[in-house]
Amino acid sequence: MRRFVIGQAKNLIDQTRRRRPQPHHHNNLRLLSLLRPSASDSTTVSSPRLFSSSSSDMPGSDSSSSSSIPVTLDSINPKVLKCEYAVRGEIVSIAQRLQDDLKTNKDAYPFDEIIYCNIGNPQSLGQQPITFFREVLALCSHTALLDESATHGLFSSDSIDRAWKILDQIPGKATGAYSHSQGIKGLRDAIAAGIEARDGFPADPNDIFMTDGASPGVHMMMQLLISSEKDGILCPIPQYPLYSASIALHGGSLVPYYLDEASGWGLEISELKKQLEDAKSKGITVRALAVINPGNPTGQVLSEENQRDIVDFCKKEGLVLLADEVYQENVYVPDKKFHSFKKVARSMGYGEKDISLVSFQSISKGYYGECGKRGGYMEVTGFTSDVREQIYKVASVNLCSNISGQILASLVMSPPKPGDDSYDSYIAEKEGILSSLATRAKTLEEALNKLDGVTCNRAEGAMYLFPCINLPQKAIAAAEAAKTAPDAFYCKRLLNATGIVVVPGSGFRQVPGTWHFRCTILPQEDKIPAIVNRLTEFHKSFMDEFRD
Amino acid sequence: MALEYDSLNENVKKCQYAVRGELYLRASELQKEGKKIIFTNVGNPHALGQKPLTFPRQVVALCQAPFLLDNPNVGMLFPADAIARAKHYLSLTSGGLGAYSDSRGLPGVRKEVAEFIERRDGYPRPCASYLSYHSDPELIFLTDGASKGVMQILNCVIRGAGDGILVPVPQYPLYSATISLLGGSLVPYYLDESENWGLDVNNLKQSVAQARSQGISVRAMVIINPGNPTGQCLSEANLREILRFCYNEKLVLLGDEVYQQNIYQDERPFISSKKVLMDMGSPFSKEVQLVSFHTVSKGYWGECGQRGGYFEMTNFPPRVVEEIYKVASIALSPNVSAQIFMGLMVNPPKPGDISYDQFTRESKGILESLRRRAKIMTDGFNSCKNVVCNFTEGAMYSFPQIRLPPGALQAAKQAGKVPDVFYCLKLLEATGISTVPGSGFGQKEGVFHLRTTILPAEEEMPEIMDSFKKFNDAFMTQYDNNFGYSRM
Repeated sequence: MRRFVIGQAKNLIDQTRRRRPQPHHHNNLRLLSLLRPSASDSTTVSSPRLFSSSSSDMPGSDSSSSSSIPVTLDSINPKVLKCEYAVRGEIVSIAQRLQDDLKTNKDAYPFDEIIYCNIGNPQSLGQQPITFFREVLALCSHTALLDESATHGLFSSDSIDRAWKILDQIPGKATGAYSHSQGIKGLRDAIAAGIEARDGFPADPNDIFMTDGASPGVHMMMQLLISSEKDGILCPIPQYPLYSASIALHGGSLVPYYLDEASGWGLEISELKKQLEDAKSKGITVRALAVINPGNPTGQVLSEENQRDIVDFCKKEGLVLLADEVYQENVYVPDKKFHSFKKVARSMGYGEKDISLVSFQSISKGYYGECGKRGGYMEVTGFTSDVREQIYKVASVNLCSNISGQILASLVMSPPKPGDDSYDSYIAEKEGILSSLATRAKTLEEALNKLDGVTCNRAEGAMYLFPCINLPQKAIAAAEAAKTAPDAFYCKRLLNATGIVVVPGSGFRQVPGTWHFRCTILPQEDKIPAIVNRLTEFHKSFMDEFRD
Repeated sequence: MALEYDSLNENVKKCQYAVRGELYLRASELQKEGKKIIFTNVGNPHALGQKPLTFPRQVVALCQAPFLLDNPNVGMLFPADAIARAKHYLSLTSGGLGAYSDSRGLPGVRKEVAEFIERRDGYPRPCASYLSYHSDPELIFLTDGASKGVMQILNCVIRGAGDGILVPVPQYPLYSATISLLGGSLVPYYLDESENWGLDVNNLKQSVAQARSQGISVRAMVIINPGNPTGQCLSEANLREILRFCYNEKLVLLGDEVYQQNIYQDERPFISSKKVLMDMGSPFSKEVQLVSFHTVSKGYWGECGQRGGYFEMTNFPPRVVEEIYKVASIALSPNVSAQIFMGLMVNPPKPGDISYDQFTRESKGILESLRRRAKIMTDGFNSCKNVVCNFTEGAMYSFPQIRLPPGALQAAKQAGKVPDVFYCLKLLEATGISTVPGSGFGQKEGVFHLRTTILPAEEEMPEIMDSFKKFNDAFMTQYDNNFGYSRM
């Protein structure tokens, strides 16, 4: 019944809204405060970036409406309309159309294939999976193989041992059953042991929540933290748009902090403080700080000293630290090393009571790049038991994450060891992929830096380059005439001329007036020279066309 | 502490999900202490010993380890049709199981799903390309289990507490939990237990009128067919009434049809909402918005751990489909091995295929045994004191009503428990049978139920029902007597 009462209040509000056009959020907030007596009155919240795209008319959806069908663009959840996810946005749709057309219309284009550099999807560009991992997964997928003698001829002996070990950890050896909503306990034990080996500090399997990729974990935390647009999350700019999209879907406020491109995308504590104060003055309660390390799309690897300052900042300000550490295996420069935030916090002497920390890991990245498996976990530390119960409850509504993703997540945290049958081939595959990625990162970065008006920081880690393009005024004017962001204009031209798909910097947000694009370093090494050539040629002709 | 319980999103705190709630946690504790627990709380067939179908597991194993396909000895371990099918599915991917697919799922699998729907509903694919299809792959989205799909659609529909969703009571708590998480309003309609959990359209009208009078804009209706937890199968006539009702009231119909393979009687075979809608013709077939959900977790597949499912939208405007696609794209893609399971489910081995006989034997064996178990369970419950139970026509559950004597209600109150929770906890402690109290699904006030799956192994079934009866009858005697004494 309580629902009905709330509903009644809300509906009155909806009716008021319907009577007048309502282009921005201020009214929303006042109305919301009617519903939430706890929310302190505020009329000053404004986050222009976040709300600028909201222009939906308020819906008329009940039977008095003129529309003949219930769900139309005008009557769907406005938060859905507001969120954006450029990694799979307009440019990718154009690319897919071109790819279809290429099949029948080859001669119409100056290129013969579409090269997807828009998304960190290594195996779609020819990266091979790690053999040992897939052997174990195949055996777990069809356990009858374990009873066949012929299996020993086709599979490595340690993959067979490992499959047995994993099956013994699954109740009834049932890989087709829902598991515990946090993931199979034995697999979480393996992950916790892997974290301990990585950090040198203990990890508790009960802190691990296994998820279908890292993204659902991020959503879960946003759902927990955000009640309204008065709740803010500090996010790096440029950022991976999962964060902006998830915050928009949950109706919160993204509080930006800018990374400093001039110092290699450095993260300045003074900037965090400034943005935090700014948000507070607008009536926003900042609940958490999201840090992506190594950075996406920016590729920087944080120094340990910087990380200590970040931990101290969160502790002092009472912020949850959301540490996106999915690229922890992807570090390409000898002068940088990955350190988990948990290790940094523990080495500073901070324990459970001092800082709330969530670390996200995924099987989609690293040298394994198993995107299609949808596996990952979050390690949740420094939360009270009643909060953790809520996390568990939300996880349980979705029952559990997929089992092969869970198995793979445990494998990447406990790969073959020296002496194992597969160890040598495993190391060769792993090193081969990582060193090739480092080479590709270097080659592409150098090529980009040679282009007129382009500067590009090195990719210390992750899978992307994020060059800054100094676009001529003429190009900016042409983009405006085409009603598109200047960097999107550039990227569309690039796609049409070369078949190379990249994501405009505006999809990640950037310092206003600067223009970037994100390009993965994932095309296979033998394709890189051709990509460099095409890119160089295109850029030259683009600049020739638009030079001021 | 950065995050206090008090400061959490209220919608999260409000949400309840009993299938994995107090009873389940207590059962897990007891199991750790070494007690034998029979988990009948979740429809999780493989956890209770059901064996996976061989053919799909062979195909997926080959897709997991595609290098096997190049090995000259692969034929020693895998039949030729599994090898051919693995090659087929790998050819539909771009980068095998390890690459993100299209956010809606692999186009080739979505096409197989569309063809399945057309075959199932008796609307064969027209030959001429200008004729419209009955089922369009562009309107089919593959998901990590059906639950994810339900969440995506409800997220699109619910704008705030003023938006109501009609949900059957008793219901599968995914719906109440999701509506609560999204901050919408659940508008209940009661199924009639005395009419074998029938759905009376007059009840629907009342529920909608009442909600509207309270200022709620009712936007969608959920049906679960076959019913969870109630096990009833909807008749074609009933589905027509429901669709007409949705048309008149401008409601989106969410058809939860995940149990469509699980039918245990012959009077009412499964008929899809989509087929009934198409049969009704214009204007209904052109205007009623329908979303149908399906999964690989149920049926004779029971592949819960794969997290595979799909939903099909009917009469959704392209721009709304675009928005749903956008939200799906934030999650990148559903897991690819489950997409292949879905392909295999909608396109199983055909007569003449090497694996056909084995596949048929396995799937028939499972379904026939489930049918027998449904009967053993209903009969078992009906032989117990103060227990009445409708027959499980479909799905995987039995939902007996437990008529608790006043003495039991009093004891529950003293223990600070909801009466059916009290009963189920006692049942668990005494017998190891882990059930879900009816209050987790919603029920009429003062009426109590429990939900148990019909999934324990057939040979264990008589013993389970015996131990249930022994517990129940003793419980009833104890509390009847206590009450009697206290009155004296």
